[in-house]
Amino acid sequence: MAGSARLIGDPTAGRGIPGVLGRPGPSPFHRLNPLTKATLATVTAVAAVVLGGLIGPAILVAVAVVLPAVAAGVLGRLVRTALLLSLPIAISAFLVNLFFLPGAETVLLRIGPITATAEGLAFALEILARILAISGAITLFYLTTRPADLVVDLERRGISPRIAFVANASVQTVPAMVERAGQITAAQRARGLDTEGSIWRRIRGVVPIVGPVILGSITEVEERTMALEARAFTRPGRRTLLWWPADSAAQALLRWAMLLGLVALIVARIVGVGS
Amino acid sequence: MSLQLSGVGYRYAGAQRPSLLDVDLELPDATVVGLAGASEAGKTTLCLVASGLAPRTVGGRIRGMIRLDGEDVDAWPMHRLAERIGIGFQNPGTQLSQVADTVFEEVAFGPMNVGLARDEIIERTWDALDALRISDLAERDPRRLSGGQQQLVATAGLLAMRPSHLVLDEPTAQLDPAGTRLVADAIARLAAGGASILVAEQKTDLLAAVASRVVVLADGRVALDGPADEVLADPALGELGVAPPSAVRLRSALEAAGLDPAVLGASRDG
Repeated sequence: MAGSARLIGDPTAGRGIPGVLGRPGPSPFHRLNPLTKATLATVTAVAAVVLGGLIGPAILVAVAVVLPAVAAGVLGRLVRTALLLSLPIAISAFLVNLFFLPGAETVLLRIGPITATAEGLAFALEILARILAISGAITLFYLTTRPADLVVDLERRGISPRIAFVANASVQTVPAMVERAGQITAAQRARGLDTEGSIWRRIRGVVPIVGPVILGSITEVEERTMALEARAFTRPGRRTLLWWPADSAAQALLRWAMLLGLVALIVARIVGVGS
Repeated sequence: MSLQLSGVGYRYAGAQRPSLLDVDLELPDATVVGLAGASEAGKTTLCLVASGLAPRTVGGRIRGMIRLDGEDVDAWPMHRLAERIGIGFQNPGTQLSQVADTVFEEVAFGPMNVGLARDEIIERTWDALDALRISDLAERDPRRLSGGQQQLVATAGLLAMRPSHLVLDEPTAQLDPAGTRLVADAIARLAAGGASILVAEQKTDLLAAVASRVVVLADGRVALDGPADEVLADPALGELGVAPPSAVRLRSALEAAGLDPAVLGASRDG
């Protein structure tokens, strides 16, 4: 076929993929298969909801979030990120339940027309424990797993390349849009747009930035679609993968054990065991 | 073996008038054809049509016939065409897959989609990176590169597909002279390997360096078509909104000043 000849001589013979691809993570937890970590995060989050109460989610957080985070050396970042993620919803859920739980009678504190109740406080703490377990589990996964690793692993297991692409591209689009917004903000500022000062000024300054960010992204979609089509992305069948994350029979067993444990927990809650 | 457009016209969806009219164009193997023209002359549209993206992906209506190595490609799906025809666009940012964390994976993206053997993908990828002298970028995040570097990465992605026909829409738009030379070298090398290449460019110096034939579009029609040295020296070029190559402009300036352009050759020889 025309053009099929090597473009250069032969200095590349024997070269493999760059070492950075599939490079093992810094800790044993990082090096777990992404699906194992995803399973742990999912099971932890769902189990926290199913368990309810305060003790169950607290033990879950200690065992399935804090311990692995310590082992992975990401505890500090995990606490900061998980709190940032969950604080807005945690605070509002805590306050709503503390002051407005229907049927609560034991008054702890009165502030004008609203009343904090003991039942409200107990339920609010339970909700808080669940929220922290969910956000902690998700954050731990995020801090120890590259999205591309999970996508490659799922693709290796037979998931459609298109679904894998959409999942990965969705994650990657957020920082790209943030970067574009930063560039447009700088450009608009250079032309005199006032984006600092009072809240009203800031709000007014957002409008000329949001428009170009959204419209630019929409325009780029067509170009990106064409570029993908031109690179045979729509070809039916499996893609060739250059590498994939390591896995083991022990990890597969662990994943099944976690899933079966979750199913058992749900069944136990449904039939009323331990309630 | 060639890419052949016969009487091709094309109208974008919702457009009042066609963007291409009765275009005849042949890209024989081992040939570089330059495509020039003023803005809105139809260069990008012709690139989209020649690559098959219009109307398959872009929409719109096409008439006329496109034959690839003797076969009518009217019913071919885009992924089948993509294995034979590569296309590069002028905006490198939108050519990146956005899902590759390294330049190596970005360049390998097309061959991976085609389902080639892993070893062949790796060989093609290193070849393409070496051809554009960007092997040292292999481990870098393509999203964090400069526009010029991204353009070279996008071009390497095309080379890795080893298409028998290649369509490049302003491939050096964001490149400095050194990057432009690298792309020109890669184009020449690919053509020497047997590929047919259509290069749409504002930089007629590049066309003068790589193209054996040049087509100039005006209002969607072919206004000039012939050997590169003749077309690029045609006095009508300026009227068609195309700046002649610097050598032609220098020769014209010498003639206007009453000097003999032959002194250029004399000084170069001497």
